[in-house]
Amino acid sequence: MEPLKLKVSYAPFVRSKDSIESVMYNVAVALLPATLVSIYFFGWRALLVTGVSIVSSICFEWAIDKIRKKPTACLDGSALVTGQLLALNLPSGLPLWMVIMGAFVAIVIAKHLFGGLGFNIFNPALVARVFLLISFPAAMTEWYAPFSVDMQTAASPLGILKTDGLQALADFNTLDAFYGIRPGSLGETSILALLPGAAWLLYKKYITWHIPATFIGTTLLFTGIFYLIDPLGYASPLFHLLTGGLVLGAFFMATDMVTSPLSLRGQIIFGIGCGVLTAIIRLWGGYPEGVSFAILIMNALVPLLDRWDVSEIKAKKQPSIKAA
Amino acid sequence: MKTFKTGGIHPPEQKLTSGKAVEVMPHPQELAVPMSQHLGKPAKSVVKVGDEVKKGQRIGAADGFISANVHAPTSGKIKAVKQHPHPGGQYSMTVFITPDGKDEWLEGLNTPECDWKKLSKEEILKRITDSGIVGMGGAGFPSGVKLSPPKDKTIDTIILNGAECEPFLTADHRVMVEEPEAIIKGLEIITSLFQGKVSAYIGIESNKPDAVAALKKQADSKGIGIVVLETKYPQGAEKQLINAITGRTVNEGELPFDKGCLVHNIATAIAIYEAVCKNKPLIERVVTISGMEIHTARNIRILVGTKFSEIAAFCGSMTEKTNQVITGGPMMGKAQFSLDVPVTKTTSGILFINNRGLEKSGEKTCIRCSRCISACPQNLQPWLLANTAQLRDFETIELYGMANCTECGSCSYVCPSKRELVHWIKYAKTLASKRKQRQSA
Repeated sequence: MEPLKLKVSYAPFVRSKDSIESVMYNVAVALLPATLVSIYFFGWRALLVTGVSIVSSICFEWAIDKIRKKPTACLDGSALVTGQLLALNLPSGLPLWMVIMGAFVAIVIAKHLFGGLGFNIFNPALVARVFLLISFPAAMTEWYAPFSVDMQTAASPLGILKTDGLQALADFNTLDAFYGIRPGSLGETSILALLPGAAWLLYKKYITWHIPATFIGTTLLFTGIFYLIDPLGYASPLFHLLTGGLVLGAFFMATDMVTSPLSLRGQIIFGIGCGVLTAIIRLWGGYPEGVSFAILIMNALVPLLDRWDVSEIKAKKQPSIKAA
Repeated sequence: MKTFKTGGIHPPEQKLTSGKAVEVMPHPQELAVPMSQHLGKPAKSVVKVGDEVKKGQRIGAADGFISANVHAPTSGKIKAVKQHPHPGGQYSMTVFITPDGKDEWLEGLNTPECDWKKLSKEEILKRITDSGIVGMGGAGFPSGVKLSPPKDKTIDTIILNGAECEPFLTADHRVMVEEPEAIIKGLEIITSLFQGKVSAYIGIESNKPDAVAALKKQADSKGIGIVVLETKYPQGAEKQLINAITGRTVNEGELPFDKGCLVHNIATAIAIYEAVCKNKPLIERVVTISGMEIHTARNIRILVGTKFSEIAAFCGSMTEKTNQVITGGPMMGKAQFSLDVPVTKTTSGILFINNRGLEKSGEKTCIRCSRCISACPQNLQPWLLANTAQLRDFETIELYGMANCTECGSCSYVCPSKRELVHWIKYAKTLASKRKQRQSA
């Protein structure tokens, strides 16, 4: 028998089957119902936006890996998820060159200029969305109503609330909003389509309940207080839950592993902060929607929250070491 | 069902051999008995090439307080005394014996069973120390030393570790099913060494109901508690076992006796019983031979010093797909570079595996999923320890609790980026202690 070649490696010799790829592809699958429903509601244009966003994200990832002389990671699923999330955050009628520009901002600027996967401070898809929103405010708020044949633009419920006030929303239908039959970004409209994906991620333990629950809970509480004070001046918390990107953001964007805190305490503070900021921007801010801004602002606080935990570990150790 | 409080994982159990009775392997052609089979200083060889030795004769003398005697596993002739590969990964002084086939015991050893209750405490401890008993769970700490804790520590709880939480391993399991009387006697001997009210427990994971039943039959009348533990890794780690059974937490820098506890392995209890009641030194043990690439996975009773190559042949040899041979379990074991290495007192298992993960290996960047934090049974931040270790910042890493890491490997197991987290912590531990030695020298 030929002498056996034994390989020496580090323990443990069994590893869990989870990998970066499996995490990312599971998120992509969880987003699939929302993507499919958006195509059903908004037609081929939604498919086009989603396709262009994903393909250009993956291409930028490939190119930047080459430029940074890193092993190609364009198929590890992270660019796919970024592209998919970006598309879900865009209106279906957005010019495609803007979509490509968004993918560029997400992958090259928000992700790789900060060091690539694992090092980015801000959620790449949200940076791209906010970049587009600030650069092209008109195009980014030209929503189409679902199933619109004549491609007529309409305002989103939050937009109507901001510009025309509560009385303009008299014909707002709660159940329709839950199903997603309202103008808005591709993925934010149908709460119904987002829930199975969220449940899947919770079940697979890719996310925990802490961030979504505190995020949504705080937004509801905050808007609820003002609704109780002045029901004629402020929209109900239910309206705030079903409109805008609250559910999409709370389950799929704020929970992004890379840009959320590590400890449970940090995650709860993070979720509460997101909720408060969202409510403040929605109620009194210049923009009708505050979810993206809220998450990005809280993203910036994540290193600080993590550092708090680390310094506590150190502080606990310090006296015992000095005594020794 | 009891369990430890923080962290833990559940790798596939793979207990292929749990239903297979212990078989005795015929004596090999040659024995290679390392002088270092325990924690502490290696024993000093007391034989020369050409000497005739009897079975059980001392061939290595304990060198210092934390050390252990080594005995000839069978009668025969000393062929060589030289450096030889050791399953721990290094080379060790090793005594080679060519068996004469007679298997003759040295006078006065392996006597008919005596009543240990008639022996004095000093005599019991002497027999345990003389017989070279060490912790057989893996660490190999000399049992005589462990059983003589400092005078100011009160021991009120004795725990036998029958958790066997590592995948594949079933040696302790089989012994619990087949020799429950010996285990109980060993536990009684250990308990008799301590004054006052001492409670005795045997912790067993719930995946071994037959072992629980066998021991319960013997233990109930003796006031020994059989504790069924949740099947969760690392249930059998000393600190986790103490936490699961007593609820006490052994903090950083503390030893079990600081919390009134003493933990012994199942196999060690039998070895203590045999040493005390039969004057039988520790020269053989039960080993699980398993893994997907060995022809016949089995539990075998085997002489210390038997080479892995002979064991593989006895088990019908391994397939060509074998790329790793592991001593111990797959979580904390060591990969071998040669099949020339011998079984030692602490070898609980030998696994022949085809580790397909090796080709795909290669650490990726941390995606901050925080799984290592929730898996860590010691409540540490493995990612932070590993990052600091990579920076070789050995002062800061102590502040992050490096000394508290038990190296169970749960963090590396769960990491989706396949980072070698526990390896980096071990690396930092080794370098930090070397640096300390250099500074004090």
